[in-house]
Order: sequence, then C-alpha cells, then structure tokens
Amino acid sequence: MTQAAQNPELARLPEFEKAVLRVRDLSLWYGETQALKEISLDVPERKITALIGPSGCGKSTLLRCINRMHDLIDGVRVSGQLLFHERSIFDPDVDVFALRRRIGMVFQKSNPFPKSIYENVAYGCRIHGLGKRAELDEIVERSLVGAGLWDEVKDRLRESALGLSGGQQQRLCIARAIAVEPEVILLDEPCSALDPIATQKIEELMRELVDRYTIVIVTHNMQQAARCSDYTAFMYLGRVIEFGETGELFVKPRVRATEDYIRGKFG
Amino acid sequence: MISLTAGALAANLLLVGGLVALVAANGLGHFWQKDIAALALADGTTALGEIVDREVDTDEQGQPRERLRVAVGNRDLGGSDYRWIDSTQIAAETHPADAAVLERDEWGKFYGYPVAVRRGDRIVADGPVAVWDALPELVRAKRVERAEKIAALRDGIRDLNREIEQRRREGQDVADEQARYEEAARALSAREAELVADELVMRTSDGREVSLPVAHVVRAVRANALGTGGKLSLYFSRLGEFLGGDPRESNTEGGIFPAIFGTVLMVMLTSLAVAPFGVLTALYLREYARQGLFVRCVRIAVNSLAGVPSIVFGVFGLGFFVYLVGGSIDSLFFADKLPTPTFGTGGILWASLTLALLTVPVVVVATEEGLAAVPRVVREGSLALGATKLETLWRVVLPAALPGVLTGLILAMARAAGEVAPLMIVGMVKLAPSLPLDGEFPFLHLERKFMHLGFHIYDVGFQSPNVEAVRPLVFATALLLILVVLSTNLTAILLRNHLRQKYAGSAI
Repeated sequence: MTQAAQNPELARLPEFEKAVLRVRDLSLWYGETQALKEISLDVPERKITALIGPSGCGKSTLLRCINRMHDLIDGVRVSGQLLFHERSIFDPDVDVFALRRRIGMVFQKSNPFPKSIYENVAYGCRIHGLGKRAELDEIVERSLVGAGLWDEVKDRLRESALGLSGGQQQRLCIARAIAVEPEVILLDEPCSALDPIATQKIEELMRELVDRYTIVIVTHNMQQAARCSDYTAFMYLGRVIEFGETGELFVKPRVRATEDYIRGKFG
Repeated sequence: MISLTAGALAANLLLVGGLVALVAANGLGHFWQKDIAALALADGTTALGEIVDREVDTDEQGQPRERLRVAVGNRDLGGSDYRWIDSTQIAAETHPADAAVLERDEWGKFYGYPVAVRRGDRIVADGPVAVWDALPELVRAKRVERAEKIAALRDGIRDLNREIEQRRREGQDVADEQARYEEAARALSAREAELVADELVMRTSDGREVSLPVAHVVRAVRANALGTGGKLSLYFSRLGEFLGGDPRESNTEGGIFPAIFGTVLMVMLTSLAVAPFGVLTALYLREYARQGLFVRCVRIAVNSLAGVPSIVFGVFGLGFFVYLVGGSIDSLFFADKLPTPTFGTGGILWASLTLALLTVPVVVVATEEGLAAVPRVVREGSLALGATKLETLWRVVLPAALPGVLTGLILAMARAAGEVAPLMIVGMVKLAPSLPLDGEFPFLHLERKFMHLGFHIYDVGFQSPNVEAVRPLVFATALLLILVVLSTNLTAILLRNHLRQKYAGSAI
C-alpha cells in the first residue's frame, strides 16, 4: 500500500457520463477518528456505481453521507463538498427531509416498519403528502411492481410486512424507497443477509431500476459488483484508491492494491 | 435445578390457586339458602335457624365436644345473630315446612313461623297457607311502590327544596313554593304511612308473636319447602342483588354495585390520566434527552417513586390536588357555593390523579423498555425516507412500542385497582349518596365522592358491629375485587394481543 494520497487521474469519470453527485475532498471525522479522507468521486446518472473494499474502509460511511444520515450520529464533523445537481448538500439552507426524499436508501438489514405491507410502501408518500387516497393505491401498486414484489403480495397488502421472508422484506424496502420517486437510490450491502436466490432477484431488480434511477451500492461481494455494476470504486482506509468502469477495473486494475484486493490477497 | 425452579412455580401456583379457592369457597357459599333447623334443646328451650358451622374442640375435662354455630337472626329481639350450641345439648332437630326466613331492610334476618297478615285491625290472611299465598305478591308490590312512587315524591321534594333555596338566595318571595312544599311533604308522609300499614305477624321459636311491616321485608323464603331448583333460583337472585343492588344496613347487607362501579370508573380515569403522562415522560427520557448523569438520576428517581409508600401519595394528593388545586378551582368557578366545597374536597377526580401519580413509574419504565426495543435500523428507515424525528416517533416508533406501553398500563391498572390506603384521604367514602356517573348533566361528576371495593372490604370486615355475620360478605367482596382486577387486566391484555397480532411476527 504505497498510494498515500489519491491520484485524481484514478477517479475520473468518462466525458460522456453525466454526474449527478460530485464528491470533492470530502473528509469525515467521528470524534477524533478520521473515517473518510479527502474523497473525490463522481457518481454517473442512471448507472450502478459499486463501492467495494475491506471492512472499515469507509464505504458505508460515504454512502450514508450522501443523504446526510451521518447527521444522526453525535460528534460527526465533515469538511469538503458533496454536490447533488451541483449544489452542496451540506449547505445550512438545504432541506434535509426533501433531500432524503430525492435520495432514498435501502439498508443492510431489511427494516420494514411494523405496519401492513400497504402502509410500508405508502409511508413516504404520507409523510410528504404526496398522492391522494386513490392515487396512493396506484403508487403502492406501481412501486411493488417496480420492486418485483407485486405478484407475491397483491392478495395480502393489509397483512403485516413482518410476515414476509427476508428477501421479500428487502424488496419491500426497495419498493418503499422508490414509492416517493427519488432520483438516487443508495443500497448498503442489501444482499448480505440473503440467500443466493433472493440475492439474484435483487440484482436483476437493480438492472431494471437503473433505467430510471441512479444507484449506488455498497457491497462486500466482489462478484456482485462485477456482475451488476457499471462503475466501481475501490476504497481502502478511508480513501478511494481507484475508480473506473467495472469491466476495466476488474480485468486490469491500474493500482496494485486494487489488484491484490480483487484477487483475494487481503480484505 | 429443574426441580427447584419447577417447585417454586408450583408453590406459586398453589398459593394463588389456594387464595382464590379459599375466597371463592367462603364467599360464594353466602348466597346459598340452607335448611332452617328447629332445635329442641335439653333445657327445654328451642332454637330456630340455619346451622352454618360445626366445630370440634375440647371441654374443661379435655373431652372432645362438637359445637354448632347457628344463625338465629332476630337481632331486634334477642341480641346476637349467632348462637353456639353444644351438640350434646340438642334433644331433637326438625325441619318444619312452614319455617320462614325474612330478609329485612333493617335488623338483619328474621327466623320464625308466619301467623297472619294484618292491616290495622283487619286480618288479611290468617294461617300459614293463606300467608304464603298472599305474601310474595304483597312484598313485591311494596317494593315497587317504594322504588317508583315514593322515590318520585322524594325527588319532587328535593327539586322543590333546591328551587326554594335558589329563590331565597335571590331574595324572591317563596311563600308559593313553601305551600307546594308542604303539600308534597304531606302527600309523602301519607304514602309512607300507607306503605307500612300492612303488617306481617310472625311467631318466633320461643312462642312470641311479632308483627313487622311487610314493606320492610326484602324477601320472604320458606326455605324447607324449596327444592334444589328453588334454592338455585334464590341463589342467583341473591347474587344478582349483591352485584347490582345498593348496600343496606351500613353496608353489611344488600348489594355492592356502587363500590364495583366506583372501582372500575376510578381505574379507567386513572389509566386515562397515567397513559399520556407516562408515555410522554418516557418519550422525552428515551428519545430527546441527552443521555448522561442527569437523565440517569431522573430515571433512578422515577423508579424509586414506585417504592414510596402509597399513603404518602395520599397525603400529597390531599395537600396538592384537594386543597391547592381543588381549592383554587372552587374559589375561581364555584365561589357562590362556598364555604361548601365542590372540588376542594376529596372526589373521584383527585383520587384518580393521585393514583396516576402513584402508577406513573410503571408506565414510564415499561414504555422506555418498549422504545428501547425498537431497532435503530427501523428508525433510520423512516428517517432515510425524509421523515422528521417527530413523524418517525409518532408513526413508527410509538406504534411499535405500543405493546410495551400497554404492558405498563396493565400493570398500572392492576396496581390502581388494588390500592386503598391513599384513597381513604382523597375521596373514597363508606357510603356515597350517588354514583359519579348518572343521567344528570354533565353526566360524569368528577367532584363526587365514590365507593371502592377495597375500602368496602375493610369497612364491612372490620368496622361493622357484627363481624361474624358479615364475614362471608367480606369474602364475596374480596372475590369480586379479584374478578374486577382480573377482568380489567384481561381486557387490556386482549387489546395488546390484538395489536401484536396486527404486527405479527414482530419481536418488537
């Protein structure tokens, strides 16, 4: 590991992609511990960007920064910029609740609310006052169809969401996220608790969703990143070591550490 | 280890089961009509009554002897309701068919033989057969007469009295009303004289003839002529009176409905007060307050509140709610009635609030636990959708913690229903003139005093002149208190289970 500082050349997005999110020199401290170190990264629109790296490298922290979930933790300090449509999300006058509506998030552990399936999906719309009663039914159906769950649950929308299987719950969380029509969906290791079949379903779902949404996914699973992402960022010790088109990064990484990691030499 | 733990459980179950069984056996037997025994004694006298107990002990020479406890009633004639009679003293025991037991408004039961029904000097029914033909209908008619006609006259007089009072205070002339009042009073006393005109002549076991107004008889029972069916229907009729009737004879007879009603209403008011109070406190402690030394101290203080003797809460309730708050309300809103206090004296509202204070730690602790059990990821899920903290709390966290909140509420209700000591100084009374809920505006009278089963047990069991006679009643009341506590809890538990089912499979 010789690359102490990040080489900007290694994190450049091709000219033909439009960046929705631009991270510029982002650093983040938990108290005295620095978790992110001067990260710069562009997230392309309507593409899947995967964040990979060993545990503790800061990939989840970076992801949670994007919709300001780090606000919830006491003693967090950030410096640098995170631009969403060229506007800093750290600006004091940014409406964080509106921001989170536009940048949805799905967590590692599925977290349906203890409500009915219908109410889970309708939750975000109710919070933001989107959609009237009749439209809500349509939104719920559209979101569940979008998450590939409709056929499995259409007859039991009024039943508790906690009765669903793990994979179904995770897809419900995706449906919940897309019900409020976000632009970006952040996925934080969404498949880590799922069996291979459920994982495959989520991956297929991502490929469908990317036609309409920008997706950022954190994953431990390099095959998953290789299979379904368009761009991949390799992070290590709070820095982005290398960022590039997924095929290129996995086939001929430009940095030694990346190569070591994807060949399984550490991590 | 298994046997030890299982043994502890078994001992617990045995204790609880034994307690309920003992209370039930002693209490429920009270309403069953036993045969009336006529005992001819060795010294030539006789006794008439129900044999309620047999006891074996030793006499002065150390020989075993059997003694019978006989309920002989006739307190107005002979003094005590019970007699202890040695079984060796009994020459003969018979069960005469026309022996009767009368339940009366006053003086307890009367045992004897019916002789005649008289109206003035005129004999209406002569001899046992004629009496039994006429008596039941007559008793019923008198009851109806009193419950409807005379009660209506009394109400009229009461209203008239109020009107006179009102006009007098306003300085108006009251002569007209006074005349109406006197006329009504005359009508009432005529009615009352008419009511007691019919007299029942009874012969006691020692041959005396006693006459008593039929209107004072609640129930006349020819016990020995009753079959099992008759006794059963009598049993349920008495049980119904116990559950639904008003008390008589300074609570030692009649029903305990006002006490049941008071207890249930007080528990409901208490939970209405304690639920928002406790839940909001817990929400602040768990969700908003910065966890630190201060919050830890507050939490310890709240928990220790649960250990403060309840009478202390009673004294606080008297000083704060009754005198300070109640007194202020009186001087602000009911100044015209002073010096008679309205809210400035004990009442069901102050009693409920005192109990709410007493039970709030239970709700706070249970709610905090319920809130703590809602996983962080669920809250984050809501926040990540753009919900504010308040929306997250209100729509996700609190519903998920609801079973925990209800558990706390159930425990609080159980505690409130069983608490007696603090209530004795903040509004509970031996005999309340009216229920705190009735048809008169504003229907719920929070300032009224009320009766309570727990105090009723104490009052009947230890404050009545005839402790022996009322013991079964004490057990029956205790059983009822247990049932009231159980059923309020059961309702709350069913509600909680319904909620849990709604969020099925939930660990939270």
